[in-house]
Order: sequence, then C-alpha cells, then structure tokens
Amino acid sequence: MRIIISLIAGALFGGGLFISGMSDTAKVQGWLDVFGNWDPTLAFVMGGAIIPMFIAWRLTPGRQPLVGGTFPTPPKNEIDHRLVVGSVLFGMGWGLAGLCPGPAIASITYNGLGGVVFMIAMLAGMGAAPAVGRSLDRVAASA
Amino acid sequence: METDWIWGLVGGLLIGTGGAVYLLGNGRIMGASGIVGGLIDGSGWSTLWERVAFLAGVVIMPLILWPLYSVEIDTHLTDQWWVIIVAGLLVGVGTRIANGCTSGHGVCGISRFSMRGIIATVFYILAGGLMLALFRHVLGLV
Repeated sequence: MRIIISLIAGALFGGGLFISGMSDTAKVQGWLDVFGNWDPTLAFVMGGAIIPMFIAWRLTPGRQPLVGGTFPTPPKNEIDHRLVVGSVLFGMGWGLAGLCPGPAIASITYNGLGGVVFMIAMLAGMGAAPAVGRSLDRVAASA
Repeated sequence: METDWIWGLVGGLLIGTGGAVYLLGNGRIMGASGIVGGLIDGSGWSTLWERVAFLAGVVIMPLILWPLYSVEIDTHLTDQWWVIIVAGLLVGVGTRIANGCTSGHGVCGISRFSMRGIIATVFYILAGGLMLALFRHVLGLV
C-alpha cells in the first residue's frame, strides 16, 4: 500500500513538474533573474502547489495517515547553521544551472547528457553531505 | 508564452496534490532531496521500495505526458560542463545539509507555516538570484 501511494504521489509530482515547465532551466532562471527578462511562472507553480498542501496539513490533526502510524511532528522553529548554510549552497547551484532536485529527476530521460552529469554530481554532493555537515558543525562550534 | 502561467498553476496544483497524497497516505513529507538523499547516505534504506516507487513515478509520468505535447521540449540546460558539475555538487550537498529543497522546505514547509521552511526558501532564492546576477550580468559566464 505504501508503495502504491508513493508511486501515485511521484506520478503527480513528476507530471506537475513537467506540465508546469519547471524542468525548463530558462523558466527557473528567468524567475530568479530579476535583472533580466523576468518570468513569473515559478511563483504560480509554488502558489498552486501550496494550496493542496495547505488543505492537507489542515486535515492532519486528530487523524492518522491512511497506512497507519503518525503524521510528522509539528515543525521545529530552530534556525541553525545547517539550515542557512545548506540553503545558501543549494541556492547557488540552483541559480547557476536552473535545476533543483525534483525537476532534475523528472527530466532525467529528456535532459540529455548534461542532465545525467548533473544528476551524478548531485548524488555525489548528497553522498558528501554528512561529512561536509560535520565539518560545518565543528566550524560553528568553534566560532 | 502568455499561457505559461496557467500551465504553471495547473502543474503546481498537481505537485501539491502529490504532496497531499504522500502526506495523507503515507504520513510523510514529500521532499525530493530527502527521498533521493536517504538512498544515497543509507539513512532511508528501511523505506527503500517506497522511495524507489516515488522516484519511478516522477520519471515515468513525463514520458506518458510527452506524446500529448505538440511542441518540442527544450530544457535550455547549459552546455558548459563546469557549470553543470559545480551546480550539481552544490545542489546535492546544500539540500542535504539544509535537510530540504524546493519541495520539502518550499511547498511542504511554507504550506504549514514552518519557520524553517520559510527561512530556507528565503535563503535559497536570495542565493540563487545573487549567483545568477553575478555570473550572468557581472561576469557574463552563464
């Protein structure tokens, strides 16, 4: 059951990324590039995606997930160095190439060799992240 | 095109519906970087098959929709290898250190007014905008 739900969610996510044009790096960079020919599409995608999720979160209190278990705990409000530094590093890469993890996965079959190389680099970065995170913790602790 | 925002909105609604299905069905937050990253560093191997199923859905759906499109799809990905590699590394390491990307922190976080999600989103958008301004308009490299 969990697997079927995951497949359906993934299909909706991938379909949405494809239809919205978010695997087009020119549209993502067009939105980030306020000094160029600004493209508002990404704001509509974000806004559109937040609506069903907002409703879903409203349905969680007092209920259980379909497969049982519990819903995620309420969000932590702790803003730490990992959140900020990680988001800045991610944003730098996102701005440079116009790809974030979701669209990179969704477009893997039609993004050419570049898309595959990006994916390999991204997975390598993810593999290095635990070690980089620990180094970051040491720097933060000594600062 | 003038209709781009409509497709953006429709696609966005689908993305959010996917997140809603994942949350209400499996009780989990739909974050692309977390679902993939957990497979890479081993932290998510206990839920291996649901992660694989999710990723299969993400990859397969565009292939199903593809034939319905009459226009050629161009992702406009840069052909500069250093940009692709550096950007990929930064996206991979950054999303895992921050524990989320555009889907987890952005869509799933903001929709429940998570301060961490909002702060992360502000920082990655600012960093992305500044990086693009620097490398496109100042240095003229991308």
